[in-house]
Amino acid sequence: MGRYVARRLLQMIPVFIGSTLLIFLMMYALPGDPVRALAGEQNVDQTQIDSLKAEYGLDKPVLVQYLMYLGKLFQGDFGMQIASQRPIAEVIAEAYPVTIQLTMFAFVFTVVAGITLGVLAGLKPDTLRDRGLLLLTLLLISVPSFVLGRLSQYFFAFQLGVVEPNVSLEESWNELLLPASVLAALSLAYVARLTRTSVAENLRSDYMRTAVAKGLPRRRIVGVHLMRNSMIPVVTFLGTDLGTLMAGAVVTEGIFNIHGVGSLVFEALRRREGATVVGIVTLIVLVYLICSLLVDLLYAVLDPRIRYA
Amino acid sequence: MRGAKSAKWVAGAIVVAMAATACGGSDSGSDKDKGSASGKPAGYVSIDVGEPQKPLIPADTNETNGSYVIQSLFTQLLDFDAQGNIVYTNAESVETTDSKTWTVKLKAGWKFHNGEAVTAQSYVDAWNWYANIKNNQQNAFWFGDIAGYADVHPEKGDPKADKMSGLKVVDETTFTIELAEKVPYFNYKLGYATFAPLPKVFFDDPKAFGQKPVGNGPYKFEKWTHKKLIQVAANPDYQGPNKAQNKGIQFKNYATLEAAYQDVVSGNLDIIRQVGPTDLPKYKQDLGDGAIEQPYAAIQSLVPAFYSKTFKDIDPKVLQGLSMAIDRDTITKTVLNNTRTPATSFTPPQVKGNQDLGTDVFTYNPEKAKQLITEGGGVPDNKLFLQYNTDGGHKEWVTAVCESIRKATGVDCVGDAKPDFPTDLEARDNDQVKSMYRGGWVADYPVNVNFIKELYHTNAESNNGRFSDKEIDGLMAAADKANSLDEAVKGYQEVEKKLLEKMPAIPLWYYRINGGHGKAVDNVKVDFHGDLELPGVTVK
Repeated sequence: MGRYVARRLLQMIPVFIGSTLLIFLMMYALPGDPVRALAGEQNVDQTQIDSLKAEYGLDKPVLVQYLMYLGKLFQGDFGMQIASQRPIAEVIAEAYPVTIQLTMFAFVFTVVAGITLGVLAGLKPDTLRDRGLLLLTLLLISVPSFVLGRLSQYFFAFQLGVVEPNVSLEESWNELLLPASVLAALSLAYVARLTRTSVAENLRSDYMRTAVAKGLPRRRIVGVHLMRNSMIPVVTFLGTDLGTLMAGAVVTEGIFNIHGVGSLVFEALRRREGATVVGIVTLIVLVYLICSLLVDLLYAVLDPRIRYA
Repeated sequence: MRGAKSAKWVAGAIVVAMAATACGGSDSGSDKDKGSASGKPAGYVSIDVGEPQKPLIPADTNETNGSYVIQSLFTQLLDFDAQGNIVYTNAESVETTDSKTWTVKLKAGWKFHNGEAVTAQSYVDAWNWYANIKNNQQNAFWFGDIAGYADVHPEKGDPKADKMSGLKVVDETTFTIELAEKVPYFNYKLGYATFAPLPKVFFDDPKAFGQKPVGNGPYKFEKWTHKKLIQVAANPDYQGPNKAQNKGIQFKNYATLEAAYQDVVSGNLDIIRQVGPTDLPKYKQDLGDGAIEQPYAAIQSLVPAFYSKTFKDIDPKVLQGLSMAIDRDTITKTVLNNTRTPATSFTPPQVKGNQDLGTDVFTYNPEKAKQLITEGGGVPDNKLFLQYNTDGGHKEWVTAVCESIRKATGVDCVGDAKPDFPTDLEARDNDQVKSMYRGGWVADYPVNVNFIKELYHTNAESNNGRFSDKEIDGLMAAADKANSLDEAVKGYQEVEKKLLEKMPAIPLWYYRINGGHGKAVDNVKVDFHGDLELPGVTVK
């Protein structure tokens, strides 16, 4: 187990370097010069542009820029933003907590509601309850999140008046409830469907029959025997979903005016702030990597037959 | 067994996590009233002004978000009223006899927010610093008229001096500005936010100052929560004519125009500067008396690239014809939802010297358009491209303008979309515009010169169409030799008449502000360049 984890951690290094390099190259390939863009319609003299570029190392070849960036990154330095002249680490540190809060909230919501609904439906497949769930999840899957966001905003804020339309600057938990459920809606539907199928399938398996024959209480049959085996595909999905939620927050954050990573990365892209984009994406890549490692380790917990050397 | 144990552990962790989040959810849920939710102190006014791009230094800010904050914190020598006339703020007077040497007398007793006196030296030191090329200030070129500018801001290399020879302190409250050449309208330029003075603390650490500026304006800096909010408080010692009528301002950052609009409607935000396209049809109904609709000094034009295959050595008649092929009335009414006013000249009505050119070049007339284009020899390849950036809401009207040209003249017109503004600018800077681009210009000062010289002089910084005409340059030079403003304005009116014959651009329409405010505030007025005048806003 220990060796397996160590190997996986080592594998992260090339993935990490590869993905950051790719993003770096892509940002470099985009037309539009971040320094020139500062001035807008008005022109600036070339000397000024050149000296600013030199200050940020933008006049060097892209690979040299990348190596310089990596070198600094390993010392914990994310670089400086060109326009605001603030350290990128600071900018990200301001935006990340609220996005993490939102994502975790959505994630918990997905897990709890998704699995509960899935189990409820899966235990009695092909009943009215099951069909109802299928219909509901179909709706959630097919409606894009910005439509859902706007609709819920309209109903809950303007018609019923139970919430404020926008999240205020303090971003308290109750304000995040609505955006988090909108964000969670899509994955919730997938989780419910996955769980339902898995549960329905495992209900008919041999070990279930054995458990029932042994005279175990129903709570134990469902809670331990059935659930543990049915959770494997769900956990796989949930692992990658955490990263997807974080990236998907871009849209939701826009609708509910949350000042998180979403708006930050969008703005940075528009202003060609390459270092900021790479910094944020790097962190998202890390989240993905760690999540998939956790998922793999969870397999062993759920099914002891899966062993890691 | 090992598996079972860890399963319990994982489940336990999830339970703890859920309990924690559930608690957090219910805790803050109940006892929160609206006042504290928006976090606004009583008597303050909130407006949707986003995060400034750059640190708050007057000469390094030229985008609207930053200039709103700068204008609340700093006061220059003079300002303009709604009609574009000079109102003296920090200056007692700004006078000249020959348009070349200007004498500035300051009002006595003005103080920066830290108590330091605002003196002639505060202005001279600040301007020298702004102009110095080493300090990389965006608006440094504004000081280009002053004698000795080339020494502190050479074309190449290090500055030869750190002071401009044209600036001289006479006494505590008087200084003189000597210009390299006559500029009859120089005092109007002084109203631009860039000409603000700086206190001594600035020079100790400009970087720290940019995060926590100390100005001399109607408001004092309070706090800046990055990407979210900037808060300023009314300055009780302020002596200018634009003293704050409210207790302070909150500049709040919104992700979208729609989000800001929703907050105005639900009472969480006082003022919105611009209503988004989706809400335009209903904003007057929603906001009632709070709806603001007012024209301001800004213009949108189509600028031909005179180096391009399409418009190289073009006969101006062709451009006049294209201009007459655009149905400005219908497009502004339908596609643009009445947010623009059709243009009738190269300058907007709010600036000094705007005139009736007595021409039909800006009126829709398909027959004459076709005739002029034929007389002028036609558009090469009978096709033109119209470059625009897709991130600014221009797509719809560009499509409509092209459609109008195609229908009226048979010239094929295609939109050339650039994904965003930086890409669009890069193509303009590198002379890669295929035929024409979308140009926009907001007044820096309310004189016609600002819309003529800064755009169409051969050496103008923002002349990206590379229009170059000796006769026009000559007329501008002659107008600049004038001894009075009126004479210069008249001179530029002559230039404008000539422009109509040369067509360096096709003016489309003037801008209008479509904003609004909620029921909690009143007296929201718009100034000549479309900014809302915040000091005058009162809280009910």
